[in-house]
Amino acid sequence: MAEPILEVRDLVKHYPLTQGILFKKQVGAVKAVDGISFTLHKGETLGIVGESGCGKSTLAKVLMNLERATAGQVLYKGEDISRLSGAALKAVRRNIQMVFQDPYTSLNPRMTVGDIIGEPFEIHPEVAPKGDRRKAVQDLLDVVGLNPEYINRYPHQFSGGQRQRIGIARGLALKPEVIICDEPVSALDVSVQAQVINLLEKLQQDFELSYMFIAHDLSIVRHISDRVGVMYLGKMVEIGTDLEIYDHATHPYTQALLSAVPVPDPSDREKRERIILSGDIPSPANPPSGCRFRTRCWKAQERCSTELPLLAVPELLAGGAKHESACHFAAERETAAAA
Amino acid sequence: MTTALEKTTAAKDRPVPGTPLLEVRDLHVEFKTRDGVAKAVNGVNYSVAAGETLAVLGESGSGKSVTAQTIMGILDMPPGRITSGEILFRGQDMLKMSGEERRKIRGRKIAMIFQDALSSLNPVLSVGYQLGEMFRVHQGLSKKEAKAKAIELMDRVRIPAAAQRVNDYPHQFSGGMRQRIMIAMALALEPDLIIADEPTTALDVTVQAQVMDLLAELQAEYHMGLILITHDLGVVADVADKIAVMYAGRIVETAPVHDLYANPAHPYTEGLLRSIPRLDQKGEELYAIKGLPPNLYKVPAGCAFNPRCDAATDLCRTESPALHQVTDRDGAELAGRKSACHFWKETLHG
Repeated sequence: MAEPILEVRDLVKHYPLTQGILFKKQVGAVKAVDGISFTLHKGETLGIVGESGCGKSTLAKVLMNLERATAGQVLYKGEDISRLSGAALKAVRRNIQMVFQDPYTSLNPRMTVGDIIGEPFEIHPEVAPKGDRRKAVQDLLDVVGLNPEYINRYPHQFSGGQRQRIGIARGLALKPEVIICDEPVSALDVSVQAQVINLLEKLQQDFELSYMFIAHDLSIVRHISDRVGVMYLGKMVEIGTDLEIYDHATHPYTQALLSAVPVPDPSDREKRERIILSGDIPSPANPPSGCRFRTRCWKAQERCSTELPLLAVPELLAGGAKHESACHFAAERETAAAA
Repeated sequence: MTTALEKTTAAKDRPVPGTPLLEVRDLHVEFKTRDGVAKAVNGVNYSVAAGETLAVLGESGSGKSVTAQTIMGILDMPPGRITSGEILFRGQDMLKMSGEERRKIRGRKIAMIFQDALSSLNPVLSVGYQLGEMFRVHQGLSKKEAKAKAIELMDRVRIPAAAQRVNDYPHQFSGGMRQRIMIAMALALEPDLIIADEPTTALDVTVQAQVMDLLAELQAEYHMGLILITHDLGVVADVADKIAVMYAGRIVETAPVHDLYANPAHPYTEGLLRSIPRLDQKGEELYAIKGLPPNLYKVPAGCAFNPRCDAATDLCRTESPALHQVTDRDGAELAGRKSACHFWKETLHG
C-alpha cells in the first residue's frame, strides 16, 4: 500500500458548555469528535459516512486546523500539525485544501470568479507570481471544465454545478496533496452530481490527489472510495475497504444504515429486509455509557453499557472478517437470501 | 357534494380504493418577475386514485412543487398566475370554486406535508395547540377536546409519551419527530389525498426509513391517495405505484413503477437512471447527462430536453413532442405508459 500522507491518532474535539456570565464555569462538553484514529494513504479516497451530528464535519474542520483539536494528533507526512501556528501552519495548509458543501454560500457574491480562484495566490504568492496569476486562474477554469472567458463573471451568473466547479478550482489552486470534500455533491441536482463526481475522479488521477470524501449518500461514497469509515456520535464504529463495509459489514449500525438506504430498483422491494432503528441519535453532550449505539441496537446486552468496544479486528469470526469494527458482538448479518 | 363536504366526519365518506380522486389537466402556471416571465408549469397532466401512490420525480425547477401548490391553492398570486388548465377533485374543477369552497377542501379533503418541518411549524405555539387548531377551526371543538384529539394523533404517528409532550414546542423535538407532527397534522381530518413535498429530504436515512414506513402504513389504513414529490430515485422505487417524471414544467414520462425502472421510454428518464452509481461500475466513469437544467425564462424551443439529449434531431429542436401513448413492439397499448419524446419507440425498443 502507498505511504500514509495523513495519520489521525486519538483525535478529540469537545466544545465546552458553560454556565454563568461573569464567572464562567464549564458544566459539560459536546463531544463532537471523541477519539478517532485512521490513516489516509497517498492517492487514495477515504469515504466518511454517518448521519447528521455524528461529527464528520467537525472532523474535517479539525483536520484543516479551522478548529483546534482538544487532544490527539494529526500527522501530515509524520509531522504533527494539530499544534502548529503562524508561518508553519500556513506552509502546511497549502497542502491540505477543502471543498465545501454549499456552492451558494461558500463563494463570496461580491468577488469575481477570477478573484475567488486567485485569492489563494495572494496568501501563497510563491505558487504563482503576480504576473502569471490571470493565466493560472484561466488554466484552473479550464481544468474544471468551465470556459476560461468566464473569469470576470460573478457567482450568481452560474448554476449550482458550475459553482461547485469554481469551489473545486479554488481548492486546486495551490496544488495541494490532500483535498477534504465535505458533502461536495449533496446540494446538486441528480443529473449534475455525476458530472462533478467524474470531475473529482479525473482530477485525482491527473494530480495524484488524496481525498477525504465526507458524504451521507452511501451509493456515491461507494463509487468513489477505496476505503470507507462509518461514524456514529463522535466515534468511528467501522472502517474497511468499500467491499468489506458494503458487503461484509460487522457493526450493527453499519448494517442498519445500509439497509435503510432506499435502493433505486423496485424489482425486489417486497423482499428486502430492512432494519428499522428505533428512536433518534442521542445528544453528543450526554452520550450513552459504554457503546454509544447501544440505545438503538437490537444486540445490546449488559456488557455494552459498561464496556466501551474498541475499534479492532474482531476475533474468531465465522466469516473471517479482517477489517476493524467497534462492537462486542461484531458479526456479519445473515440475510434470508444468504441463509 | 357540497352537503357531503359540510359534514365534518370524513369517515362516512371514505373513498373506495381505485376510484379516481384527483385529475390535473393541461395545467399551465407562470411567474411574472422583473427578469421576465418564468414558465414554471407548461401543460401538466396526471391523476391519482384512492389508495394509490403517485411519485412526481423531477429536479429543482422542474415545476413539481409549483404544481402541488396550485393543487392545494396556496400558490402566491401574484407573482404566480394560472394561465390555463383544470384541477378536478372528485370530478369538480377546483380552479372554478370560490375561496370559501376551496377552504372546505383544503386540510379536510386534501392535506399537504412540507419538506422543512421546522420552518413550517410556528415556533411560539406548542405542538398540541397547532395540532388542535385543525379541530377547533374545522370541527368547532373546544380547547380541551382539541387537545385530547391532538394527543391521540401524536400517539398514532408514534411519538413516545404523547400526553407529556403535547405542550412542548417545536424546537424541543428532533427532526424526525417534527416531521411526524407534520404528518399528524395532515392526517388530522382524515383527508382523501395527501400531497407530500419532499417529506424526508431533510432527514437522515435511518429516520427517513421510519417516516416513509409510517406514511405507507397510514395510507394503507385510510385508503388515502398520496402524491409524493421527490428527486430521490431510491425513495420512489420503494413506495410508488406509478411515476410521473417532470422536466422544465412538463410531464415527460408516466409509467407504473416497475416498467419505468426496467425500461424507460424517455431519454431524460433513461439518463437519470443511468447516472446512478452501480456496483459493477466501480472505478469507471459515471454516465452523466451533459449540460445543465434549463432556464425557465428561456425554455429551449421544441423539446425542452433537446440540448442535453444525445439522440436529438432537427425535429426535436423545432417541434414540441406530444405526450404519446406508449405501445409494445406489436403495437398494443401499454397501460399507464406515456412519453413526451418524438423517438419514444427508439428509446423503448432500441
